[in-house]
Amino acid sequence: MKLGRRLRRTKGGQYQLRLSKAERDLLRSLPGQVRDLIDSTDPDDPSVRRLFPPAYRNEEKAEADYQSLMHDDLLEHHRQALSVMEETIDANRLDEEQVVSWLSALNELRLVLGTNLDVSEGSQPVAPSDPRAPGLALYGYLSWLQEQVVEALAASL
Amino acid sequence: MATAARPAGAVGAAGAVTTATAVPDTLPTEVEQPVEDSSVKTDRPWIVIVWNDPINLMSYVTFVLQKLFGYSKAKATKLMLDVHHKGRAIVSSGSRERAELDVFRLHEHGLWATMEHEQ
Repeated sequence: MKLGRRLRRTKGGQYQLRLSKAERDLLRSLPGQVRDLIDSTDPDDPSVRRLFPPAYRNEEKAEADYQSLMHDDLLEHHRQALSVMEETIDANRLDEEQVVSWLSALNELRLVLGTNLDVSEGSQPVAPSDPRAPGLALYGYLSWLQEQVVEALAASL
Repeated sequence: MATAARPAGAVGAAGAVTTATAVPDTLPTEVEQPVEDSSVKTDRPWIVIVWNDPINLMSYVTFVLQKLFGYSKAKATKLMLDVHHKGRAIVSSGSRERAELDVFRLHEHGLWATMEHEQ
């Protein structure tokens, strides 16, 4: 795989998305998978919990009030970002709003995958025969891609 | 937090993001804080805390803090490093409504944020 820059900001304030066919095919089904997961409303799934963290740690009543007010808005935000990524997976140009959605969606994919893989800081590389190896490789790729999106957007701050 | 290394042959190593090994609860377990009584009226401000987690990229956390709070790159980087090294950092403070909004915006960005009364 060539490791050239995947996202470039153009002079017009648009963004060029330069992903290979293989990368687009790799990414294609992921937003839908995460959307299905968060729609499944299994609040006990650790990766779902990671996308909907508590606001209050020690105040049950305040937390319940907060969630009843905000949970659906957060769900909608997550769904929206995933949908934008899904709909523009074959695009060569994105506007800034779409890139922001890609950034959110990539982070959601990494939060779900990273939680399911139980990644920790300073994780050691695993052997190719390790059952987690394919997932960790995908996680590494998503991290690398997200880093590029951050760099492209940070340049316009 | 994490740094993104170059991927090693990830393309082609397609995996499902929603299926992997079962994992234990990843919620941070904080036990040292006393339980607060929210019915007590007080003028103490509310503080918004971002907690360290192993997934969010360091560059991403810095970017989010700049974007959401208008912090300089230097200030956002310092807060990010506090989160990374000390486990947490206070990123904003103010009224309860303000803090709830900030927590929500941080949750939109996938950061692990909570709020509480300043001690």
